[in-house]
Amino acid sequence: MGKKSYGSPYFVWMSIFIIVPMFLVLYYAFTIQTDQGMVFSLDNIKRIAEPLYIKVFVRSLVLALESTAICLLIAYPAAMILADKKFSKSTTFLVMIVLPMWMNFLLRTYSWLSLLENNGLINKLVISLGFERMQLMYNEGAVVLGMVYNFLPFMILPIYSVLVKIDNNVIEAARDLGCTSFGVFKKITVPLSLPGVLSGITMVFMPAISTFIISRLLSGGKVSLIGNVIEQQFLVLGDWGFGSALSLVLMVFILISMAFINKGSSGYEGGIL
Amino acid sequence: MKKIVLFVLIMVMLITIGTTGCNSSSKVTLNVYNWGEYIDKDTIKMFEKEFDIKVNYKTFTTNEDMYVKITSGNAKYDVLFPSDYMIERLIEEDLLYKLNMENIPNSKFIADEFTSPLYDPSNEYSVPYMWGTVGILYNKKMVTDVVDSWDILWNEKYSQQILMQDSQRDSLMVGLLKLGYSMNTTSEDEINQAKQLLIDQRPLVLGYVVDEVRDKMVNEEAALAVVWSGEAMIAKAENPDLEYVIPKEGSNIWVDAMVIPENSENKEAAELFINFMTRTDIALMNAEWVGYNTPQTQAYIQLEPDVKNDKSAYPDQSVIDTLEFFVYDKKATELFNKAWTEIIAD
Amino acid sequence: MIKGMKKIYLSLIILFLYAPIIVLVIFSFNESKNRNVWTGFSLKWYAELFRDRDILSALKYTFIIAIIAAVVSTLIGTLASIGMFRLKKFSFNLVKNVTYIPVLNPDIVTGISLMLLFVFLQFEMGFVTMLLSHITFCIPYVILSVLPKLKQTDISVYEAAQDLGATPMTALWKVVIPEIRPGIVTGFLLAFTLSVDDFVISYFTSGNGVENLSMVVFSMARKGINPTINALSTLLFVLVMSLLLVINKKNKESLF
Repeated sequence: MGKKSYGSPYFVWMSIFIIVPMFLVLYYAFTIQTDQGMVFSLDNIKRIAEPLYIKVFVRSLVLALESTAICLLIAYPAAMILADKKFSKSTTFLVMIVLPMWMNFLLRTYSWLSLLENNGLINKLVISLGFERMQLMYNEGAVVLGMVYNFLPFMILPIYSVLVKIDNNVIEAARDLGCTSFGVFKKITVPLSLPGVLSGITMVFMPAISTFIISRLLSGGKVSLIGNVIEQQFLVLGDWGFGSALSLVLMVFILISMAFINKGSSGYEGGIL
Repeated sequence: MKKIVLFVLIMVMLITIGTTGCNSSSKVTLNVYNWGEYIDKDTIKMFEKEFDIKVNYKTFTTNEDMYVKITSGNAKYDVLFPSDYMIERLIEEDLLYKLNMENIPNSKFIADEFTSPLYDPSNEYSVPYMWGTVGILYNKKMVTDVVDSWDILWNEKYSQQILMQDSQRDSLMVGLLKLGYSMNTTSEDEINQAKQLLIDQRPLVLGYVVDEVRDKMVNEEAALAVVWSGEAMIAKAENPDLEYVIPKEGSNIWVDAMVIPENSENKEAAELFINFMTRTDIALMNAEWVGYNTPQTQAYIQLEPDVKNDKSAYPDQSVIDTLEFFVYDKKATELFNKAWTEIIAD
Repeated sequence: MIKGMKKIYLSLIILFLYAPIIVLVIFSFNESKNRNVWTGFSLKWYAELFRDRDILSALKYTFIIAIIAAVVSTLIGTLASIGMFRLKKFSFNLVKNVTYIPVLNPDIVTGISLMLLFVFLQFEMGFVTMLLSHITFCIPYVILSVLPKLKQTDISVYEAAQDLGATPMTALWKVVIPEIRPGIVTGFLLAFTLSVDDFVISYFTSGNGVENLSMVVFSMARKGINPTINALSTLLFVLVMSLLLVINKKNKESLF
């Protein structure tokens, strides 16, 4: 007996609800329905290699990378300001940045519709100032905007939580030794903040590459990401084999990129959780 | 610590009381699965009050997602509102219950042209709810050309001002008709040509939408949209600049009918519901609210004259002759599925 | 000067984060459904909201599921962490890696894999399947909150308690649990929040008319902009804001 038995409910739970489902995804990905029942086949996997689906994968990857990069560019200076001990208002700003994260994710995405539409508020403003109407929705730009909006706090917080822990003495010592401000930034701040940056990148990139809601709502069905194709296979067409194959590829891709990112931050335990 | 444990225990108790409180009553709950924005919800409340039956009312977006939901999720629904070709498919796959028409006496009010339809020739499985057409809804202020053909949806002048249906049969039909083929073709070659045509159209399309088309057209987000006739009628009422046209190449005519799945556990209550929805006053309320055409003759008579006489809603026989019902074919469905995935994903 | 720039920069971010929400709030008071015109102040969309059965039933399901899921996953997760802690290195790593699967997997993959499972087991999609799914994706977060605290606990105290005659149960209850309590509380709150906010997994694993708030918002948002959703957003925003303010006042650090 001993403590091991405390874990048994979970071990059973885990086997049924985590491991078995993974095998089911594998099973559906590698079989097709024939008159003789389900038979092993690579058809679903081969279909992913068609140029069309490669295009969808590349599109999802590019949009996710773009939004991750934009988040990082906006978040890093913000986190630095917030972590600055001389900056007195940082708690207030921090609370304000966290607050929208507590709002429902779908409501946050939905909230952009009335701003971005062709007849939305931004365009009304633009036109009243005498400019041409801009098409802000129904394109990839809108999808990137939605991703940045939803995931920006996930980039700011981990970077902030690492930066705020940097020992001021280290920075002062460097200055005493004649280091310039830029030198301090390059040699101390950036390397020490790397774990936060990496965990921020993971937390933005992962939901961004697999989303189907942001693209559905903000592009009006015009921009199809990998998540949209998976959703369509499962809920509209009922082609579970192809849907599972796509999910499998997405999963493997994410696990590989995670391993890649984690290599850079070995020994670091996620700052936000 | 003790406080937390106590709090948790109280919460769990409250929940169990709360949940069992809802389920323990012996009231029958009827699961109804219908299209979005397709019923005057007051009629549901009236039904609940009259028969003391609780209605759990949920909606779907297209025939296809309804089909996947009812066949894959082990879900149990009691009344569904699929379209003609989908009913054909459900009958073919033995998923529907043979109605006892004695329990649905109001079905006698259904117009003759909708009894014993092609999809349910023996008139055993379905009672028509609404019918309508597919056409182009356009904004007279924004479209200067004459709208009478599907070709206008490929006119570069209206680039980024066209809304297509995110529904495979409806959108592929547009491509097939433009090419001069039948909307019920089973030829892989013809379907692929239509697919290519729709892929070529993509740069001109603003979005692929279903339920939001009405809101977007009323708010003048787009100039042209492929819509179901009832959406057009409501949109026209909200924005007088809108007009609805059935293109000269022909289009789709459809019927949505009420059916009961074989696995329903409340078939009698479901028949009661179908009969209620076919009652003249209720059918009238719904026809007025949803804007589609009612197949119920008595309700039709009582409609406002300007609704009844609107040729875009209730077209002349000469126009009806150019319209066609969708037909279900297993092999073609797979081709449509694949083509649609490729159009949407491109 | 530089300090002013810093404030401006952060204020711009705040503006970006709040602008759409503010617009929603304003339009929730517009009398007209047409968003091109302002026809006057009105509370009618709020009245509409409280008449909308879909939204009310979604609110009920959202919170019932979140509370049960948070309680059950905290229970199973805490016990699991204690159990895992005593495993040999190989088994520990194995279990830990499996635990990471739902955390690392995209929601959509977790959602479809659970959907496949329920179909395979012939479960009827609905309240139960949605609840089971929520518990499943919540447990790992509880474990990940409790494990680090457990690592900081001195195991010899637990053994000492037993040497002094405490049963394993009492020793666990009186010695270990108080030590790891902050981790358990974090895990519980995290589980609750994740469950309330979930859309994707619920979307694939629910059925028979059981919908949570996110699902209702999604199906309403697909019909276009709707002032009732604006009213709902406003209420939720005010609720969240006041909750956080209260918590923040009570305990300045608990927010993060």
